[in-house]
Amino acid sequence: MRDRTLWTWHIGAGAVILVLLGLHMVIMHLSGTLGFLGVQDAEPTGWASVAARAGSLFFTLTYVALLGAALYHGFYGFRNILMELNPGRTVRSVINVGLSVVGLALFAFGTWAALAAPGAATMAGG
Amino acid sequence: MAGSNTKQVTFHLRRFEPGKDAEPHWEDHSIEVTPGMTVLDGLWKVKELSAPSLAWRSSCRMGICGSCGMLINGRPRLACNTQVSELGSAIVAVAPLPNFDIIKDLVPDLRPIFETHREMLPYLLRDDTAEQEDPTREYRQTPHELEQYLQFSYCIKCGCCMAACPTVATDAQYAGPMPLGQAHRYDSDTRDAGFDRRREVLAGGSGPWRCHFAGECSQVCPKGVDPAKAIQLMKRQLVSDLLRLRRRTPPAAVAEAPHGTMRDDIPAAPPRTVTEA
Repeated sequence: MRDRTLWTWHIGAGAVILVLLGLHMVIMHLSGTLGFLGVQDAEPTGWASVAARAGSLFFTLTYVALLGAALYHGFYGFRNILMELNPGRTVRSVINVGLSVVGLALFAFGTWAALAAPGAATMAGG
Repeated sequence: MAGSNTKQVTFHLRRFEPGKDAEPHWEDHSIEVTPGMTVLDGLWKVKELSAPSLAWRSSCRMGICGSCGMLINGRPRLACNTQVSELGSAIVAVAPLPNFDIIKDLVPDLRPIFETHREMLPYLLRDDTAEQEDPTREYRQTPHELEQYLQFSYCIKCGCCMAACPTVATDAQYAGPMPLGQAHRYDSDTRDAGFDRRREVLAGGSGPWRCHFAGECSQVCPKGVDPAKAIQLMKRQLVSDLLRLRRRTPPAAVAEAPHGTMRDDIPAAPPRTVTEA
């Protein structure tokens, strides 16, 4: 039963990545195209833009969601690759626990970074 | 004497006899091949002329029983369904299906796939045991409902898909295309009520989640079955069930007895008026 749930989350995470990465591409890398279409925005990698995004609740939430989805999607895929090497029962448990711990640690660190960003931007902005 | 239609072909055969051979080896046997001759006919000829101890499985000779699945010139095929001429080669290499242990020569040990097949409960599961044991009438099913599983029911369990599947070759946990395809065949049959019981196996680690969708199983199937499609449809069914989106309908009921009326407008046959000359 567990595999069905994990796989469903994997597909769901893929869909979340598709949307949020699309958003990222549009905001960060397609500013020229957007300008061509009549949407004028400040330089996306400029300090003012970065600080503004860091202070926005919407962007903070999307950063955390994208981080969680990408970590889960990538680590689940990596786990599948390792499982296809036909490890024994003990090694399987080590892989499951190890990847879960590393994934959660990276998620916690990334979330902390996203939440701490507004304060850091304010301090750096002076 | 070789006729104008015959051709000399070498059968390059993989031989192995447990207890005698340390490992499999290859043997060459040259025979005359006539138009229309199948690989299976060729094997019989080799056995008759030069290798009387050669072992393989075959039965119907017409692509129905699924016994003669072999690796022919590197591809899993039915020996009875493959003409030597269609291979376009003067060498016909024949080996047992890969991904299985070898019992002898060209005979693979198919027990693992049949054990997995059995775990999938490949039969109609219903509560009306009395009706099933002593049927009164057929279960009602529309042609459209039949089409949902019909092609999957053409599977002859020859094992060619299991031999072609790259995931089966590398992943010991994966159930494989044949058992999964057959589980879906019954899960998509409106007469069946066994989805919840099969789910116990299918939602676990040996289920469709390990399929990489290489599609080799469908490519190689000698009966034109599409097990890769069955596996993807099965994923959709199982995920829909997890998300509570799957429509649950009771299994098809026993059809009612026909209660049509007799037609009284059928004209009587005219009297014969033609006379013998």
